[in-house]
Amino acid sequence: MKKVFSLILVSVLVLSICSLPATAQDTEEVPLTGESITVYNWGDYIANGEDGFIDVNKEFTKRTGIKVNYDTFATNEELYTKLKSGGSYYDVIIPSDYMISKMIAEDMLEPLNYDNIPNAKFISEELKEHCGFDPEGKYSVPYAWGRVGILYNEKYVDDPVDSWSILWNQKYKNKILMFDNPRDAFGIAQKKLGMSFNTNNPEDWRAAAEELKIQKSNVNCQYVMDQIFSKMGNEEAYLAPYYAGDALTIYGDNPNVKFAIPKEGTNLFVDAMCIPKGSKNKEAAEKYINFICETDIAFENISYINYSSPHVKAAEMHKEYLAENFGDWAVEVIYPETLDGCETFIALDNETYQLADRLWLEVRNSGDYTLTIILVIGALALLIGFIVFLRIKKHRRENA
Amino acid sequence: MKVLSRIYTTLIFIFLYAPIVILIIFSFNSSKSRSVWGGFTLEWYSRLFQDETILNALKNTLIVSVVAAIFATIIGTLAAIGIDAMNKRLKKIIMTLTNIPMVNPEIVTGVSLLLLYSIVFGILSKFGLDVSLGLVTLILSHITFNIPYVILSVLPKLRQMNKHIYEAAIDLGCNPFQAFMKVVIPEIRPGIMTGMLMAFTLSIDDFIISYFTSGPTSQTLSVLIYSMTRRQISPKINALSALMFVTVLSLLLIVNIRQIREENKAKNSKSIVKL
Repeated sequence: MKKVFSLILVSVLVLSICSLPATAQDTEEVPLTGESITVYNWGDYIANGEDGFIDVNKEFTKRTGIKVNYDTFATNEELYTKLKSGGSYYDVIIPSDYMISKMIAEDMLEPLNYDNIPNAKFISEELKEHCGFDPEGKYSVPYAWGRVGILYNEKYVDDPVDSWSILWNQKYKNKILMFDNPRDAFGIAQKKLGMSFNTNNPEDWRAAAEELKIQKSNVNCQYVMDQIFSKMGNEEAYLAPYYAGDALTIYGDNPNVKFAIPKEGTNLFVDAMCIPKGSKNKEAAEKYINFICETDIAFENISYINYSSPHVKAAEMHKEYLAENFGDWAVEVIYPETLDGCETFIALDNETYQLADRLWLEVRNSGDYTLTIILVIGALALLIGFIVFLRIKKHRRENA
Repeated sequence: MKVLSRIYTTLIFIFLYAPIVILIIFSFNSSKSRSVWGGFTLEWYSRLFQDETILNALKNTLIVSVVAAIFATIIGTLAAIGIDAMNKRLKKIIMTLTNIPMVNPEIVTGVSLLLLYSIVFGILSKFGLDVSLGLVTLILSHITFNIPYVILSVLPKLRQMNKHIYEAAIDLGCNPFQAFMKVVIPEIRPGIMTGMLMAFTLSIDDFIISYFTSGPTSQTLSVLIYSMTRRQISPKINALSALMFVTVLSLLLIVNIRQIREENKAKNSKSIVKL
């Protein structure tokens, strides 16, 4: 472990010496200006000084004198509720694609002033074409992106993993995991059926729900999120859909776990930086966004996260880093040759959301109740037995 | 039969403590995984103390639980004394009112507190006062849900107390305040201490209410850990949980030992009276 760690450290050092612009080394510490910004990001989604990478927030304070308050969330919906219910102010938020389009529609975001974000020019044009949630990039600058694919354990899965339908294969009954959130789970069924993720046709959603119910009853899949890491790691499960970047983490625990993108196409997700309405220091927030897009910072940050970088130069450096530390397969997983066949989530109609939530509940509650029924009956039997026991005891005492 | 009951007890304890034991074991795991053992290491403990986000959350958690426990104890104790002095009917009504927050689902308390705060903030901002969710709102919420527990642990002690001691103190020349501080408080102190510790542990534990009422600068540990669930929860959290478990366990042991001692003392003094 220590060896790997120092290897990473050395490679980072070497890389940073060869490729960083001179400004990175000789930065002088700027005295605190008294300004501060509040950043709201996904949990564990920024380089924080560990694994040999820099602490992005500290570095920002060092270079600009602006203090960073850092807060984290676990789901887009959580971020949305926090902003909607009021009472807290954020300057920079990093939601995903569909949440951004929802927030734009509800007028919750400030348009960005690109004069203050000159580094936005490094953002990949190819990726921008997939940013349907904010087509002109008026409100958002991509932070990281990735694709959903299938994680599989080579040792146990001998069929070719090239289609979503393998998640329906009864051969792997009880060994398949599924996303525990409606948008991702339905997305898989929709791609399997050849639909768009962003359809607002209720029939499409019902068909996808049927497909998921069939999957549940045929292969008895478990719905999990972060448990995927441990379940795939210790071979409790053989097949699971998840985000490309996390495949590298699991590979570190269990090298038998590989990652494949199905031929039907898949979801490309983009997490992007936005400034919400109500930001108290928009200029400092734009400075922060610009700072994240500095080549050296973007590289260090993405190497810690191991998702894909939207930053053209940082992506090149990250590819080298991946090839060195994981091998060429990792480069292919994280930076595919083409993004054809990938589709991004955008916001749905309100009715579709409601329908999707209802259908999701149906899917989750469908199927086998035997165990639950046995447990309930068992509990009732115990309770009745206890009451009868008390009665008998009382009766005896009274008779005696 | 005895063997059976032994086996049963052992099984129950294994069931209760196995998760914690596993968590502690995995805090020494050198692999980041929660299932694959990669060798022994203390790395996570040392990294834990270098991670500012986690330490900051720990600091917030401790500040909130200590301050909330102290305030809740003061308010709760005074309330208990007031309730104890009421007539039977009023007592019943007030006790029901104070018990409601305890049986109320936490999520309801959390959402309603959040609503209350946003309404108050809205009114305040009209007067040019700009406030937002933060440590203060978090502490206020924690005090709110802690108070009933303090009242519940102080009241029985008051009931056990001999009312005439207070009168005797006054007869012997204390003014009411002195009598209260020197006679009543020492009599009910075990109840107050238990209440305070309970409030403290409840505050540390709390997730749902903190989740709704914490602001950008006042994230507590439980909220931070939850936010890590999209990616893998860091093993540093295992290390931290192990440390917290040991702390809480020792706190509980102290309380229990105290109680046993006090009971023994009470028994001894009673036997002396009998003699």
